[in-house]
Amino acid sequence: MLGMLLARRRWNALWRDALLVSSKDLRIEFRSRVTTTQVAPYAVLVLVLFGFAFDQDQNLLTKAAAGLFWVAVLLSSLLAVQRSYAIEATDGARDSLRLSGLDPAGIFLGKTLAVVAELLILEVLLGFGVVVLFGIQLHDPALLVVTCLAASVGLAAAGILYGMIAAGLRVRETLLPLLILPVVAPVLLGATQAWMAALGTAGGGTDGWRWLSLLVSFTVIYIAAGSLAFSILVEES
Amino acid sequence: MNPKADTQPADAAGGGVSVSPVSPGVGGAYEPEVSPTVPPAPAWPGGTSDRVTRILGVSTLVTAALTAWLGLVVTPPDKVQGQLVRLIYVHPAVATMCYAGFGLCALASLAYLWPRTRSRRWDRLAAASGEVGVVFCVLTLVTGSIWGRPTWGVWWTWDPRLTITALLCAVFIGYLALRRTGGDPDALAKRSAIVAVVCVLLVPVDHEATTWWASLHQTSTLFRANPLIHGEQLYTMLLSFVAFGLGFAWLVLHRYRVEVLEDRYSEEGFDAAISERRAEGGVLTAANRASDGVAL
Repeated sequence: MLGMLLARRRWNALWRDALLVSSKDLRIEFRSRVTTTQVAPYAVLVLVLFGFAFDQDQNLLTKAAAGLFWVAVLLSSLLAVQRSYAIEATDGARDSLRLSGLDPAGIFLGKTLAVVAELLILEVLLGFGVVVLFGIQLHDPALLVVTCLAASVGLAAAGILYGMIAAGLRVRETLLPLLILPVVAPVLLGATQAWMAALGTAGGGTDGWRWLSLLVSFTVIYIAAGSLAFSILVEES
Repeated sequence: MNPKADTQPADAAGGGVSVSPVSPGVGGAYEPEVSPTVPPAPAWPGGTSDRVTRILGVSTLVTAALTAWLGLVVTPPDKVQGQLVRLIYVHPAVATMCYAGFGLCALASLAYLWPRTRSRRWDRLAAASGEVGVVFCVLTLVTGSIWGRPTWGVWWTWDPRLTITALLCAVFIGYLALRRTGGDPDALAKRSAIVAVVCVLLVPVDHEATTWWASLHQTSTLFRANPLIHGEQLYTMLLSFVAFGLGFAWLVLHRYRVEVLEDRYSEEGFDAAISERRAEGGVLTAANRASDGVAL
């Protein structure tokens, strides 16, 4: 009984810490407007560049739209993660976060939530982009939305975990993509296949919901790994 | 010939054992000075000529030669694959050593992360086996590619087994890159250990890829109730596992020794740098005293 009560209190404290950290990150983003003035235009620019690379072949673009959308999300998520740690880099913010006494798992979940929120906004924008630029039609909106949610949480969790590992290193800008991109390749694969099924561009027989289960298991693994690893990463250095 | 060589007898004489990070060209009057607090060389592992290393190396050579003879001369060609079947004495063993390297790396990393067993030794073992694992992973991809070209008609195909092996390779190359970033060794060891433990989760996925998905790659030949090969082919294949296993252990041992030497180098280099600064300080104090004496 007492154990349950304590576990419950710890659980509540965890989420309170997570919401504190995520609201702090999002407030900084809202005020500095780096995400809206730099990351979002970058993502749209990537889509336009894909248009050039495919020589404005509408059929080809429609077919590849799901993959191109997720590559654009992936590249933007790298920027979002780097940004998430750049705001901690100055004024000893990392040390004050460490000394704040917040639950490390709460810090991880909070930073992840903030990046998830940014990615979801970005995905809506990019979704408009692929509809307008690549001429696709949305068949299964429920699958699209659920895929976006699962993939964003997975991308953010893996990104925040590796971002913390690379944080403070002199070579973090070049190291981070090398660490993150192969790790999140399953997200690209699963989300693309699920989207192709939802957009009706898959070659038939592709069950989008089965690919979604891959995304969900990836996300669960990285949420668990990140929550455990952050207690080690926050205490050191 | 080189005038500098004459002016720096200390460097020329002590070149082999110098532990100073300062290059000999810097500061003409510099003499390497080893502080008396330098820790003695660890008893294990000894030099490259110690008994364990020698036995491992020689038995690797013998079993590898035996495997080559059995695989290339004694065993018959296959009914379907012809001479190509001889790759079965290389490719599966190499791939298994790749798993072994990453698995050992993750186990050593877990032992490092566990507070009770935390020791530099586990970190060195993780570094050594991770690097050897990457070498075997690249070899797996290369030998597989060589086998795939004549049998499947392509060097590479986006098959689950192949794709996941390539990802595994990329992930551990990232791990090695992280290990090279420098900084505080303990913090770096912790970060690397976390990456290794997370990344090794791909190994079981890779191993089961041929059964979970419809894969072009064949399933296991050997590890099943009724192995698909018999007689001398089976024995040669088993021997190849022994040969590559011994080679793997030999490489990890050498790589571990290099890690020990690197640790010693940084420790002793630090000590040498401190005693050098102290010596400089001593010279300065003496000079100050002299100038003070003049002023007084």
